Amino acid sequence: MVRIGAFLVGLFFAGWLFVSFLLGAVAYVGEPPQPTVEKVFHLTPKEAEFSFQGPFGHYDKQQLQRGFQVFKEVCSACHSLKFVAFRDLEALGYNEAEVKAIAKNWAIKTPDVDPKTGEASTRAPVPADHFPKPFANNVAAAAANNNAIPPDLSLMTKARHEGTAYVYSLLTGFGEQPAELLKRFPEAKTPEGLYYNPYFANLNLAMAPPLTSDGQVTYAEGQPKPTVDQMAKDVAAFLTWTAEPKLENRKSAGLAVMFFLIIATGLAYMSYRNIWAETKH
Amino acid sequence: MSFPWANEYTPKAPLMKWIDDRLPLPRLVYNAVGSGYPVPRNLNYFWNFGVLSGLALMIQIVTGIIMAMHYGANELVAFSSVEHVMRDVNAGWLMRYAHANGASFFFIVVYLHIFRGLYYGSYKAPREMVWLLGLVIFLLMMATAFMGYVLPWGQMSYWGAKVITGLFGAIPVVGEPIQTWLLGGFAPNNATLNRFFSLHYLLPFAIAGVIILHIWALHIPGSSNPTGVDVKGPQDTVPFHPYYTAKDGFGAGIFFIIFAVMVYFAPNFLGHPDNYIEANPLSTPAHIVPEWYFWPFYAILRAFTVDFWFVPAKLLGVLAMFASILLLFVLPWLDTSPVRSGSYRPMFRKFFWILVIDVVILGYCGGSPAEEPFVMISQIASAYYFAHFLIILPLIAAFEKPLPLPGSITEAVLAKHGEATGDAATVAAE
Repeated sequence: MVRIGAFLVGLFFAGWLFVSFLLGAVAYVGEPPQPTVEKVFHLTPKEAEFSFQGPFGHYDKQQLQRGFQVFKEVCSACHSLKFVAFRDLEALGYNEAEVKAIAKNWAIKTPDVDPKTGEASTRAPVPADHFPKPFANNVAAAAANNNAIPPDLSLMTKARHEGTAYVYSLLTGFGEQPAELLKRFPEAKTPEGLYYNPYFANLNLAMAPPLTSDGQVTYAEGQPKPTVDQMAKDVAAFLTWTAEPKLENRKSAGLAVMFFLIIATGLAYMSYRNIWAETKH
Repeated sequence: MSFPWANEYTPKAPLMKWIDDRLPLPRLVYNAVGSGYPVPRNLNYFWNFGVLSGLALMIQIVTGIIMAMHYGANELVAFSSVEHVMRDVNAGWLMRYAHANGASFFFIVVYLHIFRGLYYGSYKAPREMVWLLGLVIFLLMMATAFMGYVLPWGQMSYWGAKVITGLFGAIPVVGEPIQTWLLGGFAPNNATLNRFFSLHYLLPFAIAGVIILHIWALHIPGSSNPTGVDVKGPQDTVPFHPYYTAKDGFGAGIFFIIFAVMVYFAPNFLGHPDNYIEANPLSTPAHIVPEWYFWPFYAILRAFTVDFWFVPAKLLGVLAMFASILLLFVLPWLDTSPVRSGSYRPMFRKFFWILVIDVVILGYCGGSPAEEPFVMISQIASAYYFAHFLIILPLIAAFEKPLPLPGSITEAVLAKHGEATGDAATVAAE
């Protein structure tokens, strides 16, 4: 009984799947699906080398500081960084007094209530505060940015495939639409107010190119020249740190754990061989 | 958990005797995982995965309980409380990465455990109950993993919850009320998150309970073995401790090494980047995919594209997806071949490997966007999946000529070491 029932169920599912396949195949051959403009022109992120790659990778604190400077002077005008606190900046090599000063002088104020009247007010951030948001809410953010809400950047490099390289590629990838694109997909012309960027999923981005000229940010003495490429790389590194601040702890703990596990497993193997030495199996 | 053929426990230390007379816990341990449990001497490394599954469950429970101390099951704070674990809790990043990757590793070892059972016919008499309880564990695991993935309240959490509960919506008439009842609303919301957290905390202990039954049922006939031949006498077995505790210790070491590589050096490799974006009911991700361990079933779900008479394609897909797992419950009665081990079943073995490749293909299609050619490939692969279990296996059992079996486990072992004596020579065929 079981086998007859199973046979019928199997025949139905397999048979109907085969019918579906045939119908799909006929449609596929008769009307092959046309590639979309994204399929043809979207690019995967560029190759880029960073100091924190690989099992022994470490953040380059100088680079993180430069990236932080780019974030502060360029990105932070529109983008929030809500999961990061000023106190976290000590990991970039700033001392306590410097972090205090950075917080105190931050252009955006932290919302608070007046301690006397209880009315809403703002105050300068302190190191314990997270980075204040540039816009009070999403409506304000959209209103100020041509109806697009600038996303929070704290986790950006983990929220995209190959995130670090993605941020770097996106920031350096703005440009004119290729002539071939306009020829093959005339309807895909970048609409007014958007900017063409082949590294962005749907090719047209509401963000205007934020890094436009070399020297837009003035780096401290002894640092590399602030070319657009260098600034993009530095801010991508900084955003990797904001997304994964424990990367160095993780990798160094990992090396110690591997060292321990390999020895422990070697010992476990020897005791296994020892116990089984007299027993054929 | 005592069983007929366990060695009798005779406590040596007076304290153990005192305890054993009042609560036979030492006896239980001795019989279950001590020298009291005789196990076939010829188990290969594929027999490590049962213990490794238990180990993976323990990792999940320990890391999960610690994270629950810092997590907030509320739609307003869930996402940021996970980031709080990652950034501000001491070793929180380790707990979370171990838990997230631990789920994947739990499924890896359980899938290997299941395929071990499929190849060596571990589901056959007298071990049907072991197999059935194992499938119950598997179903509970899937439910637990699905609800756990919702808890970080990222984009894939939210939209995954919406798609999976939407499956119930495909049931005619009662489907939509059931979906609303499951979610506690018309779309995933705070009530959904709360109940999923509650159940995600509960179900692992239900799994632990069924594992006890699974092992109990195993200990009645005792472990199977790669030849599939029954234990004939004491020369065929070794005591579980120290022989298999030592071997499992080595297996656990290898497991931990591979696990550590992922946790410490590629913790997000198995995850989806979209889940680092906070849930947004107004923005649908381009491709909604479940975690990798559900991909084969997801491919079966999406393989049905054509309505059958009055049955919509979506409902067919849901039925087929559930059927693809439930059919395993009748497997012991579909494969009627008296030979257990695939090593002595030449025809079965070929189809077994086709099934393995088929499931890998299904997995690949399930993780790909629902467009051609993946839909057509998953249709063929799904068709084979059903045909394999429901049509091919019973037919093989009827027509196949199995190879001659060894006379006993010991004979097979000696033959392997070139010490064949007497009729054991015929054994060496495999």
